[in-house]
Amino acid sequence: MAVAIEHQSQTVDTSPKGIQVSPGLRASGPVVVLLGLGFLAPLLTVAAYAFATPKSFDAFRSFTLANFAVIFDPANTVWTSFAWSIAYAVATVVLLAIIAYPIAYGLHRLFGKWAGFVSVLFVFPLFVSENVRLYGWVLFFIKNGVLDGALKALGFSGGPELLYTPGAILFGMLYVYLPFMLFPMTLGIAMVPKDLIDAARDLGAGRFMIWREVELPLAMPGILIGMLLTFVLGAGAIAESKILGGQSVITIAQDIEVAFTYAQNWPLGSALALILVVIVSGLALTVLSKLDLDRILGRR
Amino acid sequence: METRAQIRTRFAIRVWTAFVLLLVYLPILCGALAGLTKGRYFVFPVKVFSGEWWEKTLSSLEIQTLVHNSLLIAVIVTLVSVLFAFFGALAFARYEWKGRKLYQKIILLPIFFPQPVLGLALLLWFNALGINPSWMTAVIAHLVWIVPVVTLVIAIQVYGFDPTLEEAARDLGASRWFILREVTLPILWPGIWSGALFAFLLSWGNFPLSLYTAGVDSTIPKWLYSKMVAGYTPMVPALGTMSTLSAAALLLGGGLIGMLLRRRRAEA
Repeated sequence: MAVAIEHQSQTVDTSPKGIQVSPGLRASGPVVVLLGLGFLAPLLTVAAYAFATPKSFDAFRSFTLANFAVIFDPANTVWTSFAWSIAYAVATVVLLAIIAYPIAYGLHRLFGKWAGFVSVLFVFPLFVSENVRLYGWVLFFIKNGVLDGALKALGFSGGPELLYTPGAILFGMLYVYLPFMLFPMTLGIAMVPKDLIDAARDLGAGRFMIWREVELPLAMPGILIGMLLTFVLGAGAIAESKILGGQSVITIAQDIEVAFTYAQNWPLGSALALILVVIVSGLALTVLSKLDLDRILGRR
Repeated sequence: METRAQIRTRFAIRVWTAFVLLLVYLPILCGALAGLTKGRYFVFPVKVFSGEWWEKTLSSLEIQTLVHNSLLIAVIVTLVSVLFAFFGALAFARYEWKGRKLYQKIILLPIFFPQPVLGLALLLWFNALGINPSWMTAVIAHLVWIVPVVTLVIAIQVYGFDPTLEEAARDLGASRWFILREVTLPILWPGIWSGALFAFLLSWGNFPLSLYTAGVDSTIPKWLYSKMVAGYTPMVPALGTMSTLSAAALLLGGGLIGMLLRRRRAEA
């Protein structure tokens, strides 16, 4: 009875003007308005520009598929940028999964009281602009830089020419996006109950079997988030190719930037951006719809 | 009970982690070294060290403006994002409501989005609205990305929060405002503090959003980039190192305060 009365008083409380607004909806208000005006509206603007007359600024006033015709014209080589970006993103995801898995495992199982400190060491670079960190690699790999100079001082003929190559770009992406794979992966591995592994071992499962049948599937939500994040960031990467790649590869984000800035062809840039957004958000929504965020972030 | 294979795996994982950490900090060290070199061009091994580029950087008026812009943006972003994300996190993790699952996913979208493209899209949108890009539009751009991050950080704290405490206070006749101030806020302080730290540091170091949305106003990362592309001077690594060191100091100081908050909460 007491419960019923309490509920009644609550409903009276929350509807002073007779309109029912749940506390959750009300609390989400500011964020939803911000994302509506700062995320959804800009994307709609991009979509509007993508269908505007090429090289014009009359979005919302014209409708044409000319920009897409230009992009899909076989004579246009913009598809190579898409191919490079997607290839880089895929390579980044695969390599980072391999690089980060042992570290994530160590953070959860091995490092004990050091785990917090090691995590902070991996988080901190996120707060240093990627261009500063990538430029550090330029200083490392450049002629007379740290690698070249050190090898010369040791009597070798000098360092290999690694800078301004497609490989350097991939290296830069692995470097910059490592934390985005590592932390979701650690969350995922933390979701695997220790008892389950012990139980599997007691039942006679080998180490590889336990990993494949118990640990990996249960850690998968976290790993998937990491893969999705690094894919998205890799597909939209621009700083790596500009700083470490020296124009040896043009990524799609760079093509979009050029269309928006030097070329002043906003409709073309928007059409390119729209294709990228469709790929990226299609993937993001597919993966996210399969995940239960309450479980991953630790609701009991 | 440990087999030799297990011991070997453990050792390998430790070595691998140490090696990756070394790589993570190697370029930052290279930058620090380059900023302390005498002479205009970086040559390794460094023959003469000097603090002249640090002095030049510290006394440059242009750089003072950059620091001012970066600080201004970061402070406003921190205040606004903590306020938005506090309520956002309650909606994310605390309240049961109809749109919650959808809301949880929508909030992740700006994080799962390439930042350069977001910056360019915002530039288009500001232009369509007739707003001239400046440091103020950069604040909006930072918020779009940072508010979701801070919401997640605070939400993790909210998950560990027992809702019966609020209900008990309500049963005892406490007003909504009183409950917020005396029950909810003190419990969530550690999460709010981490969120604020994240907001400040992510805004301080952000490059892709500032590049496209700050207009003629420059921030530290934006200026560094323009000089990396054309017109290198050792002030670039010097300023980069200073910016990194201030972030580290803030993280350290903020982390200590956060630990104290957690400890006091554990004692209370």
